[in-house]
Amino acid sequence: MFTESKRVKLLVIYYGALLLWLGTTAMHIPDGYLSPVTCIIMFLVALPFWIIGIRKMREKLNARSVPLIALLSAFSFVIMMFNFPIPGGTTAHAIGATIAAIILGPEPATIVVSIALLIQALFFGDGGITAYGANCFNMAITVPYIAYAIYWAFSKNQPLTSKRRLVGAFVGGWTGVTVAAFFAGVEFGIQPLLFHSANGTPLYAPYPLSVTIPAMVIPHALIASVAEGILAALVVAYLQRSNIAVLEAAEKPAVLGEAGGFQKLRALWIVLVVLIIASPLGLLAPGTAFGEWGSDELASRGLGYIPAGLQKLSGLWGAPFADYNLPALGNVNLGYIFSAVAGIVIIAVVVWLFSMLLTSDIRSKKSEH
Amino acid sequence: MQTIQSTSDSHSRRRNILEQTLHGITEAIEHAVFAEQISANAGFFQSLDARVKVISMLALLIGVSLSRSLLVIAAVYLLLLILAWSSAIPVDFFIKRVWLVLPFFTGLVVIPALFITPGPVLVHLPLGLVITATGVNTVLFLLLRVSTSVSLTLLLILTTPWNTVLSALSVLRLPDVFILVLGMTYRYIYLLLHLANDMFLSRKSRVVGYLSTSDNQHVLAAVSATLLGKSLDMSSEVYLAMVSRGFRGSIITLKPFKMRAKDWWWLSAFLAIAVVVIIMGR
Repeated sequence: MFTESKRVKLLVIYYGALLLWLGTTAMHIPDGYLSPVTCIIMFLVALPFWIIGIRKMREKLNARSVPLIALLSAFSFVIMMFNFPIPGGTTAHAIGATIAAIILGPEPATIVVSIALLIQALFFGDGGITAYGANCFNMAITVPYIAYAIYWAFSKNQPLTSKRRLVGAFVGGWTGVTVAAFFAGVEFGIQPLLFHSANGTPLYAPYPLSVTIPAMVIPHALIASVAEGILAALVVAYLQRSNIAVLEAAEKPAVLGEAGGFQKLRALWIVLVVLIIASPLGLLAPGTAFGEWGSDELASRGLGYIPAGLQKLSGLWGAPFADYNLPALGNVNLGYIFSAVAGIVIIAVVVWLFSMLLTSDIRSKKSEH
Repeated sequence: MQTIQSTSDSHSRRRNILEQTLHGITEAIEHAVFAEQISANAGFFQSLDARVKVISMLALLIGVSLSRSLLVIAAVYLLLLILAWSSAIPVDFFIKRVWLVLPFFTGLVVIPALFITPGPVLVHLPLGLVITATGVNTVLFLLLRVSTSVSLTLLLILTTPWNTVLSALSVLRLPDVFILVLGMTYRYIYLLLHLANDMFLSRKSRVVGYLSTSDNQHVLAAVSATLLGKSLDMSSEVYLAMVSRGFRGSIITLKPFKMRAKDWWWLSAFLAIAVVVIIMGR
């Protein structure tokens, strides 16, 4: 019989390999991983962004937007097919949402990436149809909004050929995809807590938050997010060299991608923050889920070694999660509070970035007049 | 070329990135053409109104995603196999297309769930690992649910031409503009894929030896940026072409659908099955 430490080692190796592998795949959630309730909530969360995106297109472009959105969605789809090489020898698929957001602004970028995702789900079986809302929230909303805010924070008042824009594109793309991976991890991780059969069999994605969050965030932060960031930066660099008109057009509000107009969005952001925070907590209310997990007398069997392996793993990753690491099976509440707090922090950062953009925009407009 | 390949095996992966991408693109086009061919065959599912298929598939998808019973999901999968068989889809292809891809994502991901899900022990393994009954159940749930859901979509796509699928989406009350954009996107995906293919191929044909990671990144970024520029240019050309043909922003779509008695009959049959699935799966 093997000792405890050997088992832990084996599991660490297995998870390590798994993480590396996961990081190279895009985060398209297939049907069957998320419970119907989660799917509906994610559709509801995505809905206002779709409405805003369509409104924005109508205002700015009207009829012209039809071919523009179609072609850029096709572009986004094609980008998702490229195997992008990462230093170290692996390849990953970029989403291209960062580039779309830089060129068009986040609201139309949401529509562009959503359409590309719908075609992937419908015709190529990549990403589920019931999980479409969740996939759009992660890849078509989180990535463009965060990437755009960061890109603009870096390139505000910078010349078109500024190197800072490249840094902004990289940091924006990297952060956007990493945060999206975190959201995907949360979506996976709440499944076993909330949806399982009477005897405790998880009915959908089986792993707790303590597994899913690091499993999504670590490999994406190392691989897929890097691909998105490098690709966005290199594309901006290429445009600076050879097709600066595209970047120039993105600056002009008349064309698209107007940096202003966030005032209207502010109320929406607040609603969204509430929605996002409330969605996992709201799910808790009717569920008797975590009581069963805790009281399950057999739970201790599984608890024996796996969390130990995970503890090692999350040690690799960083301190913030250490406290929250173990309780996922025994004390679910902590996991929830943690994810809620992490969510709030991330969203607060996003809102702060936007408000920064907003105020600087108003200031610059005032100084113009 | 052969000698380079054999002498620089350690670099083969890096060197093949352009090839990998080329391969992926070609494969996507092949799949679409293959689906188009099957959808042109005479078969049971091909003969139904596309709207019936869209609604039935969605209802079954919801049934499958709600089900708490493995048997019910398995029954739906069996029904899909029968439908595929009656729709002139090679059944082995229908099974393989789903189950050969599935292990790569779902299979690999769920393996640990066999061991870590708490529950009664089923099998003792060396290394002190145990497989639990609940673990097996969890894995079966995920595998069956994912494969059945993917098969549902696949059946719809294989038996319906893509433009018909898109027009049928109007039954879900999606705005016409949205469906128009979807259709244009689908069409231009192939154009852009061809453009990308040409660029990769021409680049690759001028490369002897291998490219470094950073070279590859620059090639991919250049192709992406060129595609972006082309897409933007083309969108204004397409817009002008549309305007010159009378496009004023409002969209009139042809709805080539007509529900026959047979369609109504099968629609109610599938909805009834979905209701049974939902009730039995509780």
